Amino acid sequence: MNLHEHQAKTLFKSYDLPTSNFFVANTVEEAKELAKKLNVSKWVVKAQVHAGGRGKAGGVEVVQSLDDVEIFAKKWLGKNLVTYQTDKNGQPVNSILIEEYTEILSELYLGLVVDRSTRSIVVMVSPEGGVNIEEVAENNPEKIFKASVKIEEEASDDDAKRLAQGLNLNSEQTKQFIDIFKNLSKLFIEKDLALVEINPLVIDDKNKLKCLDGKVSVDSNALFRHEELMTLRDTSQEEQRELEASKWDLNYVSLEGEIGCMVNGAGLAMGTMDIIKLAGGFPANFLDVGGGVNEKSVSEAFKIILSDQKVKAILINIFGGIVKCDVVAEGIISAVKEVGVDIPVIVRLKGNNANIAQEILTESDLNIIFESDLSIAAKKAVELSK
Amino acid sequence: MSILIGNDTIAICQGFTGSQATLHCKQAIEYGTNLVGGVTPGKAGERHLDRPVFGDVKSAVEKTKANTSIIFVPAKFCKDSINEALDAGIKLIIVITEGIPTLDMLILKIKADELGSMIIGPNCPGLITPGVCKLGIMPADIHKKGKVGIVSRSGTLTYEAVDQTSQIGLGQSSCVGIGGDPIPGSSFIDILKLFELDDQTEGIVMVGEIGGTAEEEAAEFIKSDISKPVVAYIAGVSAPAGKRMGHAGAIISGGKGTANEKFLALENAGVFTVKSPALIGKTISDLLNFKK
Repeated sequence: MNLHEHQAKTLFKSYDLPTSNFFVANTVEEAKELAKKLNVSKWVVKAQVHAGGRGKAGGVEVVQSLDDVEIFAKKWLGKNLVTYQTDKNGQPVNSILIEEYTEILSELYLGLVVDRSTRSIVVMVSPEGGVNIEEVAENNPEKIFKASVKIEEEASDDDAKRLAQGLNLNSEQTKQFIDIFKNLSKLFIEKDLALVEINPLVIDDKNKLKCLDGKVSVDSNALFRHEELMTLRDTSQEEQRELEASKWDLNYVSLEGEIGCMVNGAGLAMGTMDIIKLAGGFPANFLDVGGGVNEKSVSEAFKIILSDQKVKAILINIFGGIVKCDVVAEGIISAVKEVGVDIPVIVRLKGNNANIAQEILTESDLNIIFESDLSIAAKKAVELSK
Repeated sequence: MSILIGNDTIAICQGFTGSQATLHCKQAIEYGTNLVGGVTPGKAGERHLDRPVFGDVKSAVEKTKANTSIIFVPAKFCKDSINEALDAGIKLIIVITEGIPTLDMLILKIKADELGSMIIGPNCPGLITPGVCKLGIMPADIHKKGKVGIVSRSGTLTYEAVDQTSQIGLGQSSCVGIGGDPIPGSSFIDILKLFELDDQTEGIVMVGEIGGTAEEEAAEFIKSDISKPVVAYIAGVSAPAGKRMGHAGAIISGGKGTANEKFLALENAGVFTVKSPALIGKTISDLLNFKK
């Protein structure tokens, strides 16, 4: 689960990490009022969306009058911000962050992530902040410094000092960095985070470190023990079909193609997408109905796939294990009867009760094409989608 | 022979009396698995599936000499359950549960390594040695005793590989689902090692997916340590970056973990890759027949 920048910064503050003074506004009036309350003459105003690349897209500005704060708020509140990380519709801007302007001497990078290959939490810093860190890793790997943090031990001063050296910090800043390093590690572990990025971490004109941006992602599997974080979910930032699917315990991801897919199991769902691609088509979605599939969830899955106007054919691929194929077949039939389908539906059922399922589908008068060979089923779906 | 589970397995189930556990333990017992009892806190002394229920793993181990546990406990209690199994000296812990917090697995993995215990999963279909022992949620009837070892991050893709290798007449030595989470208890390498040493296993099928670098690490290992033919399929060539594809671990992040990178690493290591999961059975069959 991703957090907004202002939510991340509120978390940072509660762990004594240095941030600017800021407010969050949901209306134009509020924006003006809160900007005034900051009692400064120069502000940074930032559109709050779950996507990077806001600056280049016009979603971040430095303004020097309350009128300009108002203009920015009017420009973005209630609108969508399109960045290189969003789709073509962009993400809705429902709030803006207003903070005091910071004079920047240099921009650094600080990030924490669970590293899968070393099975540890890795802290990563670079003196090359403010830019895409993946590019730095690619082009100047020597400018990235790493340390790992153990969950059941306090983060070490020595590691922090080593990273501070890599960042070329002076002795005062190094002291400050040790605190940041320890507090951020503590935050990461205590709140079950999956990712933190502070890009940039800056040195300001008082020669102090400050977290100027904040990207935080929480491990969704751990939300059960963090009630305080659960309320921070902003469903307006989620793709609407994906959101609807999540209500029915369906794993759905919207894609760009024309063939709707319904599959049981995440791996087989990806495999089905791959086979569609090999057959010359492109999937409109990833959809794993899971092991607990029943008539109702099949029907809901169907409706979600059909709500996507791009879909020209549907490929259903079920390998019955725990899932009984005849139950799925009944689900398909009732869904088709209920919502009506005027595009081709190709069904491949294998495993548990596949024969019974085939009989049920053949006997129904519905326009369903049964194909037991997965490659051929995909080919048919691609042909019929054209 | 086989790997991990077989005639020496003495298994218990944690979360024994729950509905999923009941369903799959019943099937396991019918399959011939030596499942000797289970654990459900607060139900010590009762009987379930004609077997004793214990209140904790320690007393179950004392009474039954169990060496293996299969866990169906809900995600939020799993850390405690796995800890309990480790503390009781269980050497093989199979975790079916999906949704365990990543940081819990980081701690448990370190502890398991220190104790010399093996965790399979979480978020996996479990293990089967066809004809001998089944500890998992896979459909038994598609399996056939035979010569292919299968290791996979995905449940249903394992079933595809199993079905194809059964249909073509090869059968399986053992099938291991290592699970779709970012921090699995066991890696491809852990399982490949065992297949290499297993006499019954003549060829290996490896099914990976996008996310992380486990397949690349496995490729290095295969190059140096595996003499048996390996066929690999990686799911998710068509998956977009930055989107989690169902499994917690199936995500391309920071441009890393793409299927193409993994295919390339495996091909460079001499692994026979297939771009369609429908070709797994035929490819391993051709390889094994060619070898003769």
